[in-house]
Amino acid sequence: MNRRVRPFLTARPTIGVLALQGDVAEHLHVLEQMDVRTAKVLGPDQLDTVDALVIPGGESTTMSKLAVRYGLLEPLRKRVGAGMPAYGTCAGMIMLADRLLGGIDGQETIGGIDMTVRRNAFGRQTESFEAAVPVEGVGEEPFDAVFIRAPWVESVGPEVTVLGRVPGPDEAGRIVAVRQGGLMATSFHPELTGDARIHRLFVDIVKGHA
Amino acid sequence: MATNASNTADNAVGTQRVKRGMAEQLKNGVIMDVVTPEQAKIAEDAGAVAVMALERVPADIRKDGGVARMSDPDMIDGIVEAVSIPVMAKVRIGHLVEAQVLEHLGVDFIDESEVLTPADEAHHIDKWAFTVPFVCGATNLGEALRRIAEGAAMIRSKGEAGTGNVVEATRHMRSIRAEIRRLGTLDEAELFGAAKELRAPYEIVKEVATLGKLPVPLFSAGGVATPADAALMRQLGAESVFVGSGIFKSGDPAKRADAIVQATLHYEDPGVIARVSRGLGEAMVGINLDDLKDSERYAGRGW
Repeated sequence: MNRRVRPFLTARPTIGVLALQGDVAEHLHVLEQMDVRTAKVLGPDQLDTVDALVIPGGESTTMSKLAVRYGLLEPLRKRVGAGMPAYGTCAGMIMLADRLLGGIDGQETIGGIDMTVRRNAFGRQTESFEAAVPVEGVGEEPFDAVFIRAPWVESVGPEVTVLGRVPGPDEAGRIVAVRQGGLMATSFHPELTGDARIHRLFVDIVKGHA
Repeated sequence: MATNASNTADNAVGTQRVKRGMAEQLKNGVIMDVVTPEQAKIAEDAGAVAVMALERVPADIRKDGGVARMSDPDMIDGIVEAVSIPVMAKVRIGHLVEAQVLEHLGVDFIDESEVLTPADEAHHIDKWAFTVPFVCGATNLGEALRRIAEGAAMIRSKGEAGTGNVVEATRHMRSIRAEIRRLGTLDEAELFGAAKELRAPYEIVKEVATLGKLPVPLFSAGGVATPADAALMRQLGAESVFVGSGIFKSGDPAKRADAIVQATLHYEDPGVIARVSRGLGEAMVGINLDDLKDSERYAGRGW
């Protein structure tokens, strides 16, 4: 695994949640139970003050449009490119993908993870589902994963570690959790279920412990 | 739409978490009423997080009179095709077959709406019976909790849709939030009494008292016409805002839609709201609610 993340000097890093749209409060709520400071990130100034970033679930096309319109996309690319740890759920996974399928014309992503993500791959809302997904690095117990109009990862580059796949009889199952150095993404929403293991793993990554 | 590799017996669709989870994804955004694919594109480009597909916006339903019903499936299909963001659509209160049709068409969310003419004067739809999530309107906490008991995954204020007058939505938001705060001050015995007064199941009343908020997202709808209206709703506790007639009944819909999106996001920043409020052109004319007859009021529909 690529471990370029530098340990931070601060014992209590500030983890921001990108607040352009989506379930921001749920991520803040999980992070507030950990030994970190939290902040909402609405603009470039706030982005400068955080050590790491969570990109929440929501509507990825809206999030992307607003990031461009409010001048956040380039600052986000710069920070992620410079090694800021980031974790994206659902729409956040799309934002961290180097390549996107099923997006709208001109949909921009921040990028950072060498993967191809297919938007809404599991279908519309009536096809949204819950499933038990084993996730590497957070213990034996499978994760009770909630998928909402969710994307999947169609392919990954050599630097990317696959942490989880949807169970099922077909093929080997679709990839729904990945890590590349300090960057992590899941198709599903740990912030909705009260299981904090993936957020804890991210905090460990931010602190240079994982 | 791609077929999936995952719809096995172990994967559960339409669960409470999947429905409420969808509602959570729409937070901090604006949902816009649209009547054509072209309007849907304008809404999407402006940054709407979802569109509400309907045949006539509430202002026209008021003007035209008659029975207002679910939209033509062709029209819903046209809007689903036109945009990539989630699509919602309205059914009449209690009209379970209209809801079955919309679910079949693949809409992402159903609004059981007082804006359409009610089909049942005593019962709302049993929303647990559906895979698709529902949003319902409420004027007060008791109504909100009854809708949640029936399976609603999102609650919105009713407001007085199609008037461009935000006063009713303000009343509903204040009422719901104040009653939630009051529940937090009650002891165990009093919560049983409160459940009786609210005509809502004790378990949900208790849950709200403990959480200090509804167990589903609370959005606002009805009469929002300006960026400042949208920000007002957010400051009163709405997690997102529905805008009905306010956008496409105004002079410059694209610009107004963008302004309302920005004000909804930066609702605590008067500088942003001032900037986006400049030069928007004509707002929808608006109706003074004292001029409405009781039979013309929508907020009283729902039981």
